Amino acid sequence: MSQQTPFTSRRGLLFGTAAVSAGAFLTACTSNEPKSEKTAANDTPATDGKPGTHVTIGFAGPQADHGWLNAINDNAKSRAEKYEDVTLEITEGSNDTAAQIGQIETLINKKVDVLVVLPADGKALTQVGLKAMRAGIPVVNLDRIFNTPQAYRCWVGGDNYGMGLNAGHYIGEKLKGKSDARVIELAGLDNLELTKQRTQGFDDALKNYPNIKKVARQAAEFTVESGQAKMAQLLQAQPKFDAVWNHDDDQGVGALRAVEQAGRDGFLMVGGAGALSAFEAIKQDNGVLKATVLYPPTMAASAIDLARALGQGKGIGGLAEYEIPASITLYSAVVDKDNVDRYMPTGFR
Amino acid sequence: MTQHVSPPRDSAGKLPPAGGLPAWRSLPARADVRTLSLLGVLAVLILIGGITRPDEFLDTRNLQLVLTQASVIGVVTVGMTFVITSGGIDLSVGAIVALSSVWATTVATQGYGFAGILFTAMIVGVGCGLVNGLLIAYGGMVPFIATLAMLASARGLALQITDGRTQIVTVGSVLRLGERDSYVLGVPPLVLVFAAVTVIGWLVLNRTTFGRRTVAVGGNPEAARLAGIDVRRQRLYLYLLSGLACGIAAFLLIVLSGSGQNTNGNLYELDAIAAAIIGGTLLSGGRGTITGSVLGVLIFTTITNIFALNNLQSDVQEIAKGAIIVAAVLVQRRTASTT
Repeated sequence: MSQQTPFTSRRGLLFGTAAVSAGAFLTACTSNEPKSEKTAANDTPATDGKPGTHVTIGFAGPQADHGWLNAINDNAKSRAEKYEDVTLEITEGSNDTAAQIGQIETLINKKVDVLVVLPADGKALTQVGLKAMRAGIPVVNLDRIFNTPQAYRCWVGGDNYGMGLNAGHYIGEKLKGKSDARVIELAGLDNLELTKQRTQGFDDALKNYPNIKKVARQAAEFTVESGQAKMAQLLQAQPKFDAVWNHDDDQGVGALRAVEQAGRDGFLMVGGAGALSAFEAIKQDNGVLKATVLYPPTMAASAIDLARALGQGKGIGGLAEYEIPASITLYSAVVDKDNVDRYMPTGFR
Repeated sequence: MTQHVSPPRDSAGKLPPAGGLPAWRSLPARADVRTLSLLGVLAVLILIGGITRPDEFLDTRNLQLVLTQASVIGVVTVGMTFVITSGGIDLSVGAIVALSSVWATTVATQGYGFAGILFTAMIVGVGCGLVNGLLIAYGGMVPFIATLAMLASARGLALQITDGRTQIVTVGSVLRLGERDSYVLGVPPLVLVFAAVTVIGWLVLNRTTFGRRTVAVGGNPEAARLAGIDVRRQRLYLYLLSGLACGIAAFLLIVLSGSGQNTNGNLYELDAIAAAIIGGTLLSGGRGTITGSVLGVLIFTTITNIFALNNLQSDVQEIAKGAIIVAAVLVQRRTASTT
């Protein structure tokens, strides 16, 4: 029996492969959209702006695999550049615990003056924090916290509970006087502690408003795709509701898409984190997104300020203390139409 | 409707002449039992949905929603069904969807329009499929390993292209495809594409030489080779096909989510394999059913929908999915052992 297949020569195949690869290579070389290099923090330095003793700061973070972490790196770099008395030793980020430990140990061996560490996994990196502290290098622990206060001199980070709290109060105030108001929640990844904290804060805030009932909650995965999918289902499940809090602006891109596709409005949406796209939508004010609660990436710039103050043995300008604090929890401000311009420079892509 | 083709393996290893199999060789009875049982599961689910949330579930908009949400993974599953039928596996489908979609959205940010986005997505998908196919068919690599390597590298490249940023698409013609005013007689364009891919897939697998060769290679590659089939070339084409399906799915995902992100297509490989398996495609190859696969996808999507409408959390949904996979495979083993 004969198999009539078109004849493909090996040469033809190789040529085809080469052509595809070349095409792929060419496209790979085309640039992405230009990134805006900007410092996001305000212009009042922690100690004082005057150059002091020279400080070398080692910075180690996880792999920048989403916008917020990119913003963390940008904030740290641009803040360090502002000071002529600061040298920044920055490592290639990694999500692999062993790799990140190696990177931090390299910084310890280089004898940097101060370390700033955003661990990929706080618990797993505790030992290397302890090692640095024992070697006499003070550690500023950024956001994801080590297991023990012995592993850092100062912790600075966001407030997940506060995000939920402020989102809940904002929605509560907006829906004041509305009887039987219905609210839904589009959460982030449910197996993370931080998602539980955000939900707890949101629920605790809503308890202050007896006219409001949370009627649904679905967890997405911090991705655009999951945000679209879960929000589409929520919209179908709830023919009528007054407000929705979405934990994360990235998945919010998908959630807003689902709202558009369903052709729905008549409710207000509050986001979370503070992405540039959310700020722009809030500013335009022609959709359901009216506000977002921050989880500010400027914390990385503040961590550099704190590290510099540590290296120079000073406290924070504006406080009476001779030393920097042991722990600083940042405020999750609500950004809406009234103050969005002020926060626009901190928006991340 | 469904026709299962099992290649006969007589002593000569000869396949029956092209132009149709003898009637006693196709097994409509068993196949129909399987299809019916899948339809039965779907009917039970529809009953549950209708009882628990009648107003929201039994609603035209909900049907549109379920079918739309099934479209992207559905297209991927059709491609996966071909690969599994041939005795292979493609673990890289999710990563290819991610890479294709972010590559296309990068092109979109550079001012290219509808056609540019569509073709980029397809070409990248086919390109990845080509690499998979060459490694497996001509490089002698095991499909599991080759596509695992593709999974890692395509995800890595997708991250590199995007720098982890969400790329928002502003091309109106692309976005409109996902919105209500472009529905054709109430059918979303995404669903039309899914339906077209399903019909074409079914025809190719059940009514063409290519389909018969696919089944033959999966049933017994040595016999297929002796029967004059170019097994290696057939395998190359199959991974190309899977890549193409991923490229189409990536475009649908861009339409659906209005953006490209390196996290796109998360765990599609598992969803597609699961749908194909509960549909009745044999993981060991040699038997495949597009109808079954699509029913599998619809079953999973309907479960997700019912759970979401009833406000049950995702962990419960995952447990239910797992239970359904186990039950389906057990039922199939029972039906298989009776023949």
